[in-house]
Amino acid sequence: MLRIKCPWCGERDETEFRYRGDASRSRPDASAGADEDAAMAAFISYVYERANPRGWHQEWWLHVGGCRRLLRLMRDTQSHEIRSVTAAMGR
Amino acid sequence: MNPVPQSQPMAPSPKPESGGRYSGWRLMLEGFRGQRGWLPAWAKAAPRPRYRVVIVGGGGHGLATAYYLASQYGISDVAVLEKGPIGLGNVGRNTTIIRSNYFLPDNIRFYEYSLQLWEGLERQLNFNAMVSQRGALNLFHTEAQRDLFTRRANLMRLLGVDAEALGRDAVKALVPLLDLDNGRYPVLGGYLQRRGGTVRHDAVAWGYARAAAAAGVHIIEHCEVIGVRRNGQRVTGVDTTRGLIEADTVCLAVAGHSSQLAEMAGLTLPIETHVLQAFVSEPLKPVLDVVVTYAAGHFYISQSDKGGLVFGGAIDGYNTYAQRGTLPIAEEVAMEAVTLMPALARVKVLRQWGGVMDMSMDGSPIISRTPIDGLILNAGWCYGGFKAIPAGGMTTAHLIACNAPHPLAAHLDLDRFAAGRTLDERGAGPFPYAH
Repeated sequence: MLRIKCPWCGERDETEFRYRGDASRSRPDASAGADEDAAMAAFISYVYERANPRGWHQEWWLHVGGCRRLLRLMRDTQSHEIRSVTAAMGR
Repeated sequence: MNPVPQSQPMAPSPKPESGGRYSGWRLMLEGFRGQRGWLPAWAKAAPRPRYRVVIVGGGGHGLATAYYLASQYGISDVAVLEKGPIGLGNVGRNTTIIRSNYFLPDNIRFYEYSLQLWEGLERQLNFNAMVSQRGALNLFHTEAQRDLFTRRANLMRLLGVDAEALGRDAVKALVPLLDLDNGRYPVLGGYLQRRGGTVRHDAVAWGYARAAAAAGVHIIEHCEVIGVRRNGQRVTGVDTTRGLIEADTVCLAVAGHSSQLAEMAGLTLPIETHVLQAFVSEPLKPVLDVVVTYAAGHFYISQSDKGGLVFGGAIDGYNTYAQRGTLPIAEEVAMEAVTLMPALARVKVLRQWGGVMDMSMDGSPIISRTPIDGLILNAGWCYGGFKAIPAGGMTTAHLIACNAPHPLAAHLDLDRFAAGRTLDERGAGPFPYAH
């Protein structure tokens, strides 16, 4: 059982949260430049490719059973240690 | 034909043809001889510096690929490299179910091919894998599910695959343990694939290993791959804990760790690693002679020949390489078991374990060439790798031998994501944790 320290609600069980995947990627800029192939490649990578690290992983967790805020976690995928929990947009 | 492995610490001179064949006659003979004539089932090999094909991963798919390469495609200059001992990975850590009841026609054809190979496997391998076609029953609990399952069954029958609709009475007669009248999730009926069932998973690893080794394949245990050698865009071999091994073709069959191995070759895959748990109860008298799946949650159960109930549920749901499950899913699986079969409430769970799996972006596997010449991928098996072992092995061997995809696995290529041909059985989108 993971225990996640929500910045708003305090330490809660993982069952209150919904996992939302890798948070290290950012949406490519669709309007950038005229190179359609490069933009397409960037989007394919954004949608489908994952680093899938064995170790520290930046990930989204949605606190559906609590404050309903989206959180950004740094968690180890082998030990399950959680190093940081922050709001999606900082704080 | 390749010579038999030179280093055989456990077997002085095994001659597969004379010493290896199993039969009822031989069993009787050995009974009279005090069982002294049995040789190790397969010979351990030491790595040579070079092979035509190196397969990374001595699990079901790796061993099956090696076996079919040697037996069907005439390539026996093959090494299977396994980090630990064979048979201890996911091939020996699953719930042993075989079936071909899929939704997408290309997937139905692929898994049906696998089921047909299972049907002839024991004769071909001369090994008792306890293939038991006891039937796989998929229950449905709502009218919408009935429609969906009916559509799936019709798609299967159009392709010549067996699927049989059962009403409530027939379901009750087949599985008396079920509580059909559960207030929240009543059982409305089910679809039965009579040719589905279970296979003894350990025997699959041993059977393929034995047959592959007899055909000249080197199975090298305790040999971890730590790097993939490339010359430009062409693979040239692998660095291992037992030294450099060169090869014309390198096949990665390391589901659970495909991303890690691919990273050594500079590739990023459409895969996340997740843990799936399985459970075995204390041995019971025979109570369940069919595989049952529950569609109001995610739960599947069968009874092994030893009497233990073998069951499992969904993945834990977040990226992990830890080969152990956590309690929330264990609790959910227990709830599903008791909801479906209340009589199990007082049964004790004997063992629980977790195995890490490649969860692909569309929930379907990948058997494909890669942007690196000579590097072949057998990955992304999600929940369904075990049932696919024979077809996965055969089609991967075909890809290696012919440098062209097997017609039944051409749709499983890596390019399907970029091309928009994803194979999303559940329609869940590019979210591995949702498949």
